[in-house]
Amino acid sequence: MEQYEIVIIGGGPAGLSAAVSARKAGAQRILILERDKELGGILNQCIHNGFGLHTFKEELTGPEYAARFIEQACELQIEYRLNTMVMDISLDKTVTAMSRELGMYQIQAGAVILAMGCRERSRGALNIPGYRPAGIYSAGTAQRLVNMEGFLPGRKVVILGSGDIGLIMARRMTLEGAQVQVVAELMPYSGGLKRNIVQCLDDYGIPLKLSHTVTDIKGRERVEGITLAAVDGKGKPVPGTEEEYECDTLLLSVGLIPENELSGQMGVTLNPVTSGPVVNESLETDIEGVFACGNVLHVHDLVDFVSEEAAMAGENAAHYVDNSQRTAEAYEKTDSAAGQEASAAVALKPENGVRYTVPSLIHPDRMRKEQIIRFRVGSVYKNCYIGVYLNGERILHRKRPVMAPGEMEEVKIKKSQLAGLSRPAELSIQVEEA
Amino acid sequence: MYDVIIIGAGVSGSAAARELSRYQVRACVLEKAEDVCCGTSKANSGIVHAGYDAAPGTLMAKLNVRGNDRMGELAEELDFPFSRKGSLVICREEEGLLALEELKKRGELNGVQGLEILNREQVLELEPNVTKDVIAALYAPSAGIVCPFGLNIALAENANRNGIEFYFNTEVMDIRKTEKGFLLETSAGVYETKYVVNAAGVYADQFHNMVSREKLHITPRKGEYYLLDKSAGDHVSRTIFALPGKLGKGVLVTPTVHGNLLVGPTAEDIEDKDGVNTTPEGLAAIAGKAGQNVSGLPLKKVITSFAGLRAHEDRHDFVIGEVQDAPGFIDCAGIESPGLTSAPAVGEMVAGILKDKLNLEVNPGFQGKRKGILDPSKLTMEERNELIRQNPAYGSIICRCEMISEGEILDAIHRPLGARSLDGVKRRTRAGMGRCQAGFCSPRTMEILARELGEPMEAVTKSGGGSRLIVGTNKDRI
Repeated sequence: MEQYEIVIIGGGPAGLSAAVSARKAGAQRILILERDKELGGILNQCIHNGFGLHTFKEELTGPEYAARFIEQACELQIEYRLNTMVMDISLDKTVTAMSRELGMYQIQAGAVILAMGCRERSRGALNIPGYRPAGIYSAGTAQRLVNMEGFLPGRKVVILGSGDIGLIMARRMTLEGAQVQVVAELMPYSGGLKRNIVQCLDDYGIPLKLSHTVTDIKGRERVEGITLAAVDGKGKPVPGTEEEYECDTLLLSVGLIPENELSGQMGVTLNPVTSGPVVNESLETDIEGVFACGNVLHVHDLVDFVSEEAAMAGENAAHYVDNSQRTAEAYEKTDSAAGQEASAAVALKPENGVRYTVPSLIHPDRMRKEQIIRFRVGSVYKNCYIGVYLNGERILHRKRPVMAPGEMEEVKIKKSQLAGLSRPAELSIQVEEA
Repeated sequence: MYDVIIIGAGVSGSAAARELSRYQVRACVLEKAEDVCCGTSKANSGIVHAGYDAAPGTLMAKLNVRGNDRMGELAEELDFPFSRKGSLVICREEEGLLALEELKKRGELNGVQGLEILNREQVLELEPNVTKDVIAALYAPSAGIVCPFGLNIALAENANRNGIEFYFNTEVMDIRKTEKGFLLETSAGVYETKYVVNAAGVYADQFHNMVSREKLHITPRKGEYYLLDKSAGDHVSRTIFALPGKLGKGVLVTPTVHGNLLVGPTAEDIEDKDGVNTTPEGLAAIAGKAGQNVSGLPLKKVITSFAGLRAHEDRHDFVIGEVQDAPGFIDCAGIESPGLTSAPAVGEMVAGILKDKLNLEVNPGFQGKRKGILDPSKLTMEERNELIRQNPAYGSIICRCEMISEGEILDAIHRPLGARSLDGVKRRTRAGMGRCQAGFCSPRTMEILARELGEPMEAVTKSGGGSRLIVGTNKDRI
């Protein structure tokens, strides 16, 4: 069986950044397995700009952003295999993969980095009533058809969901000659970034209807129209508010779901809120030596943060491999003195408007000088605070003029703030009214 | 001039065609859709009923039990997914016990083997997720589940292999009696035949009524369903029916042969014979009823919902046989549940009638064995590697949710009566039927279809006709 120190599942922005940083941290044998025909992942179809403001301090398109990382990976001579589907990962980190050229084969990995990204929620998951004709696409599928293949999936478009891909596609479809009639959003607020609402809808005069949903799809062969209705506070359509739209296309941008089929089969514990693995401060899952980063861990708004997070995962995986002998011993010791180790761990608890945190667990002895904790809130908050409490005692209080579910939040905790804990501790993150 | 024309390439028409192909006969199947299995046959529960529902003495009862008997052997011969998992009819009220006994008696009269009334503990031991309110259940070990597409497609392919012609996109518009038989005017020309088999599903009354004064009346009875993700597929391991009671008919919960969980159907009589839209009321009704007999159903794991139409004839029995005032016109109508189960027996019966009428001789070339599309996931790694060496397309995964390779898709396109659309590929291979509902694989499957069929991308459809997936190219009208 082939052996690699680190096998990275996915060659999108997360996998690339993890690979680069793992190499810089000293890992020698690194292999990226990518199911598509080129590296870069979904960035390849994101031909709009706005990427890289944080990482490169300039505005790049998706393919340009990906190219920066692909260049680095090539310079560092990181191995990768394209058109390769990972079929299975076993508990002992045997990765089973398949491709046309190599057939089905297995690789023994010292560490695994999960970087499979996410998929779009489909119409079926929403239970939108009506017919099932051609012309219903998830926004990302339409984006691939338009941006990578040059095909127009429709001419008269309604978009349900104001996630970022939906907003971007409203503009793209308009630029390619389609007529985008309306973007409808079930929630009373948009799920996308503010800048995308301004640049993709407002600038093109495309109306955004908040608290609206699609209640019927007409057309037996091709979409002929949809019905839009206002919804009440519980998301239920309000009778009498129905409006008919004639269209040949319905694009859905109604949420992204981390693709954790492989992780789940392997036995990694998943967080029901994010659908991503539960990870500790090292972005390590509850299976030792298996790390997760990027949209497979939790859905991000900005690729810059994916790169940053993945770089950490890559570095940690390199250290894990490097120290694997020592680590193994440490784990054995941990097992025999479980109480002692556990007493030092800090469990993160999302409360009062905070939906989840990444990570879920921090071992203060293993954390860096500063730990970034990322999270999302459950609704829109104005002029509020984020409060962080260690065993009930507030250690951080930060003002936020606006917080919305569509924008990922973060706080930073210093190692010194968690020092000297002798008992199991709880770190609560919550939204506080002014 | 054909000996026989079968109208409709659903499961009944295809079963009739397959059984007829045992004989030397010139026959064809006319189908208005672009593929087999496009109507009632594609949207149903996929259940192989044991046979205790139908009233004793009815054709429905007889063919149900016979069809159930034949299904195992047929699945072996024709290589489609079938599993005899058994079923339970759940009783939650004391008043229901009598009805449960009645059901058992009826089943025994119909010839169903192995029926047993289980007590609460026995039920919960078999199915821990059945409601704790259960007091008893009728257990039918001979019930099973089948892939409705797999069965229909296998029958049609095998019929075609044995000489029955199939014409798609051919809608019968009118039928006229002639001296020698019938003249069928279709959307694709005129066909002449000695005999007609009317297997037109919800439209069978229209064709029957063109030739007979004794009118049939078929009501499309809509059933809506939820299909749940495979991660919910083992929530129950048998088909769980509700005992019809005070609260109405209830819905069934069943694993599918591919490991999903299916919940439904509703039952609503409608006018529109093409009304396969789901409705807010229907979907809400399933959600409301689903939990009555099964606890903790993870309805959040729904990956799609759909609706199908049962061809309900007013007398609620299968109508199979020569129409009295229209000799040569054989009805195969009113085939509602348990029509899928009965299909093997329906086919035998229709073919039997035709054999006698036409004095048909045995077809010496008949080959009853058919090999389905290879499922590489059932191979060992060595076997799979050998397969990929021979045909590298099997090494390229197109549908990542269901792990379907390009090799399987190519097979689906190039085999007899092959797939011509995205849905055709989906029904044959499951590509696009998984949790992302074709989000990732549809552009790639479209590409493969266009390439293999030698047509431009703009011509690729979801399900034939006007269901084009692409309307043009970027900026083509700017």
